[in-house]
Amino acid sequence: MKKLFLALPLALGLSGASADELQTRVEQMMLDSFKANGIAGLDRQKQDAVQKACSGLTPPDAETMKKLEAAEMATIKWPTDGNFTGGDWKEGQKIAASGRGLTWTDKTADNNGGGCYNCHAMDPKEVSEGTIGPSLEGYGKLRGSSEEVVKYTWGKLWNSKAYNACSDMPRNGYGGILTETQIRHVMAYLFDPASPVNQ
Amino acid sequence: MRRQLLFTALGAAIALTSPLAGAAGDELNFDAYREMLADGNPAELLEMEGEELWRTARGPKNATLEQCDLGRGPGVVEGAAAQLPRYFADTDKVQDLESRLMHCMEAQQGIPSAEIINGQFLKGERGKLAALVAYVVTHSKGKPIAIDLSHPRVKEMYDMGERAFRYRTGAMDFACSSCHSQDGKRIRATQLPNITKPEGAAEGWSSWPAYRVSNSQFWTMQHRLWDCFRQQRTAEPVFASDVTIALSVFMAGKGNGAEARWPGVKR
Repeated sequence: MKKLFLALPLALGLSGASADELQTRVEQMMLDSFKANGIAGLDRQKQDAVQKACSGLTPPDAETMKKLEAAEMATIKWPTDGNFTGGDWKEGQKIAASGRGLTWTDKTADNNGGGCYNCHAMDPKEVSEGTIGPSLEGYGKLRGSSEEVVKYTWGKLWNSKAYNACSDMPRNGYGGILTETQIRHVMAYLFDPASPVNQ
Repeated sequence: MRRQLLFTALGAAIALTSPLAGAAGDELNFDAYREMLADGNPAELLEMEGEELWRTARGPKNATLEQCDLGRGPGVVEGAAAQLPRYFADTDKVQDLESRLMHCMEAQQGIPSAEIINGQFLKGERGKLAALVAYVVTHSKGKPIAIDLSHPRVKEMYDMGERAFRYRTGAMDFACSSCHSQDGKRIRATQLPNITKPEGAAEGWSSWPAYRVSNSQFWTMQHRLWDCFRQQRTAEPVFASDVTIALSVFMAGKGNGAEARWPGVKR
């Protein structure tokens, strides 16, 4: 009973604002509370389909997830010459370690890091590694380098949302975070038997 | 002189207790030297500067801030920060400590809010505002966080903050929740509080503003949120804008009842 009395003024205060109305106001707030600065323009405040669907308290239903994933899958650019892993693991290591790029203090939108270590363990000797994503230690050694594994990894790096629409991982290729060449270097870092990841 | 001595001592302390030296697992946390610094937080220097600013007649109106109402009556600083953000009838807004101080500076001293909103952190009037923050929060140290969520306007901001917290956007699809909705996670070596739970929300809210050892700077909550958004790769949040207030109400409200530890010490 007491709960009812408490809830009443809240409902009145929202002047009957429904969940949809609240959502509309939040979307407006996410635009109005920001300003463009350098390469970080206001276009960043507008959500695309995946961002919008994955901002709720619960993920979308299975059917919606599948539809979103199919659309994201179609954005993946596969290497035209079949060269998935022929990059330089040393370059890949630098890209994995760098968390720089695309903030409003960065001058240009290229030369970004991949920020892999922010969330993943990779080289077993590196201690300063994040834990939001799964450990990738021994990636190539443990998974081998079958066509299936290699293709999946390329796709996941290019657009993680193709495999899980609400993945926490950025869409590196699709989002223009990393170039195709950089992704190939990261692939080498994951698969090359000489890479520290596989030691 | 005192400032220089303090910083030198601090540097020595850090050299001796670097948390990354041979770090693994639990040793990656910062608690040990946070505790060590608790009695000599360099934010105290700023707190003194803030107290001075509170009592000094300044601005076009040549007035002090001693009649500023932070929610507990004109001039009452004791316990005020622990109850902010709150709704203020005179502005018809929910305000956090920083937006309220900014209002007082304009209303009583004639210092235009635009100067602070368009300014930069650590500089000019926004820098002075940070000193005032250091002064005010110190007078809530040890007090329980008490946000009045029964007020409809505050609750409305809480609901908007909860949605803003999960609002994925920007160049990397991040929301606050990308990093702050699971227990025991880290970005590199930095521990991340789970802000979707009361304990984590309290940890986040009650430990900022804080003195940052890594760059010898005092950062307010507005400053901290601004840098969160920078790392999220969004556009730049406007100082004291609705999203910053909504997120503050969400965090503070969820952390209600926890003890304020202001000002904190952070890496």
